[in-house]
Amino acid sequence: MESTVLKIEGFSAFFGKNQVLKEVNLSIPQNRITAIMGPSGCGKTTLIRCINRMHELIPDARVSGKIFLDHEDIYATDPIIVRRQIGMVFQKPNPFPTMSIYDNVIAGYNLNGIRLAKDEKDRIVEESLWKAALWEEVKGALHRRGTFLSGGQQQRLCIARALAMGPAVLLLDEPTSALDPKATSHIEELIVQLKDTVSIILVTHNMAQAARVSDFAAFVYLGELVEFGPSGRMFTAPKDKKTEEYLTGKFG
Amino acid sequence: MKEPSIRKRILWDKLFKGTIVLLTFCSILPMFFILFFITSKGISVINWRFLTQLPKPVGELGGGISNGIIGTFILIVISVAFSVPIGILAGIFLSENRKGRLASLTRLCVETLQGIPSIVIGIIAYIWLVVSMGSFSALSGGVALGLMMLPVIIPATEETLKLIPESLKEASLALGVSYPRTILKVILPAGVSGIATGILLSIARVAGETAPLLFTAFGSPFMNFNILKPVNSLPLMIFNYATSPYPDWHTLAWGASIVLIAFVLGLNLLTKVVTRRWKVQF
Amino acid sequence: MNERRAEVLVVGAKAETMHWRKPALSESSFRKILSIAGAVVLLLLLAIFFSLVIASFPSIRNFGIRFLFSATWDPVRSEFGAFPFLVGTLATSFLALMISVLFSIPISLFLGEYSAQGATPTFIKSTIELLAGVPSVIYGFCGLFLLAPLVRALELKLGVAPYGVGIFTASLVLSIMIIPYSASIGREVISLVPSDLKEAALSLGATRFEVIRKVVLPYAGSGIVAGILLSLGRALGETMAVTMVIGNSNFIPKGIFSPANTLASVIANEFTEATGSLYLSSLIELGLVLFIVTTIINLISKLIIRRMGVGV
Repeated sequence: MESTVLKIEGFSAFFGKNQVLKEVNLSIPQNRITAIMGPSGCGKTTLIRCINRMHELIPDARVSGKIFLDHEDIYATDPIIVRRQIGMVFQKPNPFPTMSIYDNVIAGYNLNGIRLAKDEKDRIVEESLWKAALWEEVKGALHRRGTFLSGGQQQRLCIARALAMGPAVLLLDEPTSALDPKATSHIEELIVQLKDTVSIILVTHNMAQAARVSDFAAFVYLGELVEFGPSGRMFTAPKDKKTEEYLTGKFG
Repeated sequence: MKEPSIRKRILWDKLFKGTIVLLTFCSILPMFFILFFITSKGISVINWRFLTQLPKPVGELGGGISNGIIGTFILIVISVAFSVPIGILAGIFLSENRKGRLASLTRLCVETLQGIPSIVIGIIAYIWLVVSMGSFSALSGGVALGLMMLPVIIPATEETLKLIPESLKEASLALGVSYPRTILKVILPAGVSGIATGILLSIARVAGETAPLLFTAFGSPFMNFNILKPVNSLPLMIFNYATSPYPDWHTLAWGASIVLIAFVLGLNLLTKVVTRRWKVQF
Repeated sequence: MNERRAEVLVVGAKAETMHWRKPALSESSFRKILSIAGAVVLLLLLAIFFSLVIASFPSIRNFGIRFLFSATWDPVRSEFGAFPFLVGTLATSFLALMISVLFSIPISLFLGEYSAQGATPTFIKSTIELLAGVPSVIYGFCGLFLLAPLVRALELKLGVAPYGVGIFTASLVLSIMIIPYSASIGREVISLVPSDLKEAALSLGATRFEVIRKVVLPYAGSGIVAGILLSLGRALGETMAVTMVIGNSNFIPKGIFSPANTLASVIANEFTEATGSLYLSSLIELGLVLFIVTTIINLISKLIIRRMGVGV
């Protein structure tokens, strides 16, 4: 029996009068990779931005319903604390250009004014970069700026930066769509390794990637959660007709 | 059907282009005339004593412009202290509020401020500070110059910050960093070259200003470090010496002009260096 | 998740206590501070306007609207009128404008049309920009010692009183100072003319000159006018250079070679000598007039420029 790390109940999201998520009910299993798929504009990015409370930064944005992280209502908590518990990696790698690789990884602490002993920081940086499969490549250049790294390396740096905070859940918003195939496969391998450490929610429009990497899959269409289940079953024998049509490419 | 001959049209075309080129090259001549003229008339005075001594009374030989140099420096420090904090904060305000009534009004005010003649700013500083304090002072001069720096610093800050990609802000917020810390520790450092350039350019602008100081800082033959008292500045010295009837003082004014123009041009060059070295690539 | 439960596992197995300090500044306080900074700018401008008006009250009350049309500026009899200075200001500014346009439009065409890239245009562009950086007092100084003697020689030849200083000299100096403003705006709007329009005309057999006359200038026309307005605003408010070469006369100038005073130069010359509150108040009222005129012209110019989509 899978244990649930994140429970989404009757959740809706709005941009002004426009409803983009309609009464979504979803339980994200712990230490697994859950893919969220759907055609462009279906609301999948909005959904994960609601999970780490970034959606509300847009003026006119509104939500209703509940999301629970480990039984705590994240909308009843300070969003800053929520975002330290739920990390996010974006579509386009965005390391901080004014900081070194070392400072980028530890940025979550530095920017929040949290003082750590030097060897504590070193340990966190090394472990996060190791978990992001980047340590060997940058260990000799930790104090250089991160902008000389390739796209794939920059994205792994962003993953390390998110991991350094020790989040319970990691949200990945189409993390490989800006990368070349080789970098993409590295990241996919990495994601699979990471599920021992964090629970992963992966938004992707790349069905093949979802099939390769995920344990569970959710199909969202026009703001509604159409179907959710183990990936093996979803991709071979989907229950809903819409899911089947999407997977076979009838629309995208 | 009567048609102008093609040869005639081509002739006009060539004539036009020739005139354009000629007038363009003529227009850059004044710059060289000015530089050459100042240098030839003033280079003889420039030496270490000139830069470090106080001016001597008329008739006495020698003397220097040290109080003007120090005075200019003091005025710049005061004006920077006055304008940079408000200017940067207002610039952040405008870049974080693209729409909104207060933001639009503020932008309008900045544009209006930019066009106010410097002598009018001098009148204002006179009314606000000289009258109330009962005397001319470096402080009033510095405030006047600070008012003139604001409309350079604020748009420079706003435009620099607007160029920073939104993804940087999102990366920081997604780590759970608070909004104020995101702006001050991530966004602002990323824009440091543009903001520094704005500050340097505004200093270059006010370093050469005379009109707002005529009845605020007022000028003085002495060295003065008390900001509540009058202070001299290079442009003021140039004005006073140039319009005096003494040829000796005219020569001092030429020397001071070399120093002033070197300073202003040096600042402009510095901004190019700052842009190249500090500009953050995204 | 309250503050204490956020003391959570880091990467690794042990629970570490970290001090998640609440930020010293909350978001709403910070946003308020930013708004206050914006409001301060707004208040400064309003304060500037009202200070000028209030300080001009004695003069406004005394002279009313006659102030603008009276030609008498007599501190001894406390009779003050702005007309000589309005004439001086408008004469020098418009003459300077006409002279500068003769150069700034060719510069705009050269840098925007004929030679947009490369070392030469970059050099020319930088030099023109440097012209704007030269302090006004140095322009005045060079005008007084370099230009005035030449004008004096010209006046002798023409049989006019050889002052050397006056409206003509001031306009010459002023025209050089304002060239960079109209040149840079003109260059930008000209370079924004879509190349497919120009190519269409060229492909119909027009010469470069004809394309400029019939396509480029009409398209960029209002932007060029806006740039010229901007330089007019600059000319109206220019003080030091004009003060040093205009000859300091408080009477309505008779001709182009007469000495005169502008609104700005009379303030510069007489402010520190002004005795009596009416005298000072009249000078400040001159400043108010200057403020209003330059503000209107600058805002109109910026409005046109913004409509054309050019970043100023």
